[in-house]
Amino acid sequence: MKNKVPLLFLLFALTALFLGMLFGLTASLQYLLPEFLKETVPFSKLRPFHVTSETSWIVLAATGSIYFFIASVEKFELFSPKFQLLHFILFLLTGVAIYFSFAFDYTEGREYFAFKPILMIPILIGWVLFAINYFKTLYTNMKGWPVYYWMWGTGIVFMCYHLMEAHFWLFDFFRLNFIKDFAVQWKSTGSFTGSWNMLVYGISIYLMSEIKKDTDVATNKIAFFFYFLGLTNLMFGWAHHTYLLPTQPWIRYVAYAISMTEWIVLASIIYNWKRSVLKIEKENHPMAYRFLLATDFWIFINIILALLFSIPAINFFTHGTHVTVAHSMGTTIGINTTILFSALFFIAHYVRPQLKTDTKWVKRGFVAFNISLFIFFVSLIIAGAKRSYWMYVSKEGSFAEMQDSIVPYYISFFIFGIGIFISLLIVATPIFKVLLHKIKS
Amino acid sequence: MVSNPRPYIFIMAVLLALFGFYNYIIYNTDGYVAVEKLSPVAVQGQQLFQSNRCWSCHQLYGLGGYLGPDLTNVYSAEGKGANYIKAFLNSGVKSMPQFHFTEEEKEALVQYLKQVDETGIYPNYDAEIEATGWVKIKYRNEE
Repeated sequence: MKNKVPLLFLLFALTALFLGMLFGLTASLQYLLPEFLKETVPFSKLRPFHVTSETSWIVLAATGSIYFFIASVEKFELFSPKFQLLHFILFLLTGVAIYFSFAFDYTEGREYFAFKPILMIPILIGWVLFAINYFKTLYTNMKGWPVYYWMWGTGIVFMCYHLMEAHFWLFDFFRLNFIKDFAVQWKSTGSFTGSWNMLVYGISIYLMSEIKKDTDVATNKIAFFFYFLGLTNLMFGWAHHTYLLPTQPWIRYVAYAISMTEWIVLASIIYNWKRSVLKIEKENHPMAYRFLLATDFWIFINIILALLFSIPAINFFTHGTHVTVAHSMGTTIGINTTILFSALFFIAHYVRPQLKTDTKWVKRGFVAFNISLFIFFVSLIIAGAKRSYWMYVSKEGSFAEMQDSIVPYYISFFIFGIGIFISLLIVATPIFKVLLHKIKS
Repeated sequence: MVSNPRPYIFIMAVLLALFGFYNYIIYNTDGYVAVEKLSPVAVQGQQLFQSNRCWSCHQLYGLGGYLGPDLTNVYSAEGKGANYIKAFLNSGVKSMPQFHFTEEEKEALVQYLKQVDETGIYPNYDAEIEATGWVKIKYRNEE
């Protein structure tokens, strides 16, 4: 295997994942010990480190996987290996620059993109290089494009657009009108998530078709129907984040209507439950299969939660509470991370076919990961419910008293956060070894 | 199975056209409330809010962090206001570190929070939940 850049992306992604979890655990400790570290590394310093690292994990792992599938599994000749290398170098150097930006408080940006806005330029150049390489490599074969090629292409293009949109605040036209500016900020972050979901969900369909050896799952009309439904939600469904912002009501009507189309996705999941994942040939890819099975479960849980709080009457009580955090953690860890680990196991097996992935410790790690995540998720839901009760029902006591009343759930959140970290580390160890070995060889 | 891309390209073109039109309207639509442009001092306060990552812990309209309270109406809330905000900036509290802002910077932050406060209310108790699942909210300054 000559082209090792995809593996470098994956190694970089795994490093970001575990560094991000360490930052997150240290930050969450401050919910339990508020005075601890507050003058040296306050929560406000750690949170950008955590969020950017975890976002990078998803984006880099998706990018590395897509490059790998195209060049190594599908055997397409990449339009420009130089562009691919430049893409990696740009992301690596920008990643280091972002960490420096955070460490030395050059944080003029906003939530999710707290770093110096100028650092968005090399990131965008990297995405454009990816786009050129992707479309130039695949466009000649467009007639037979399965749905995942559409999804990856869409994810790359929309990623470029929404990363720019997230910086529209730099222009006075947006910035001086607070409500419009705030709405556009949350529009862009909502659609940014939708864009990486296109990349990651495309990977899950690719894995299904590869593991099942059945291209129909990626070429039938239903697959395309759900792709366009997802795209419609990406474009127009973001405003459930801002139901309570005094924007024009029509924006919220549109978002409410679009969000409710996800009931179709839920109905489809229930209808196809047995037909989809359980038929996968698990013998060849036991851990990739298990992680996809876990994805199905977490999609089911999270889509119910998302659908419920997309209803304005429910959103009214859950908005601004930890229920929203439960949803974002549940989707990024439960859905995105399980799909990406499935891809990592698939790739590890591909580059080293003799690798036994379902060892006793990896299986134990997998079970511990899911149990930890479930309790972590439930702790946040309960904390959110208690906060909502304080905001809308009891309306008594100070914010600090409310926070003190949910400390038991923060303890649970912290302990099972450690559980997620350790269990994922156990699961990732053989992947780390394979990647390092292959890159060195 | 080789799929014919033409219908998909058509659907994509329609969606992109709608998306372009939708974005144009979103970017050119003002908020529901009377538009209050941020003053130069408030913009300076907003930049300080960003540079010091206040959003990590605090929320505006329920969006932001969860370690500290929502600040949408901290300026107009009973028993709070400019001096209350400055006191917290001076001394910090619990997990909030002590900031070393100049008097001018504190004033800019207060101005920013004052102008945010003028845009609306959060949490808004003047809301009516309808059978359709819709919530009708009475905005600030609405007749």
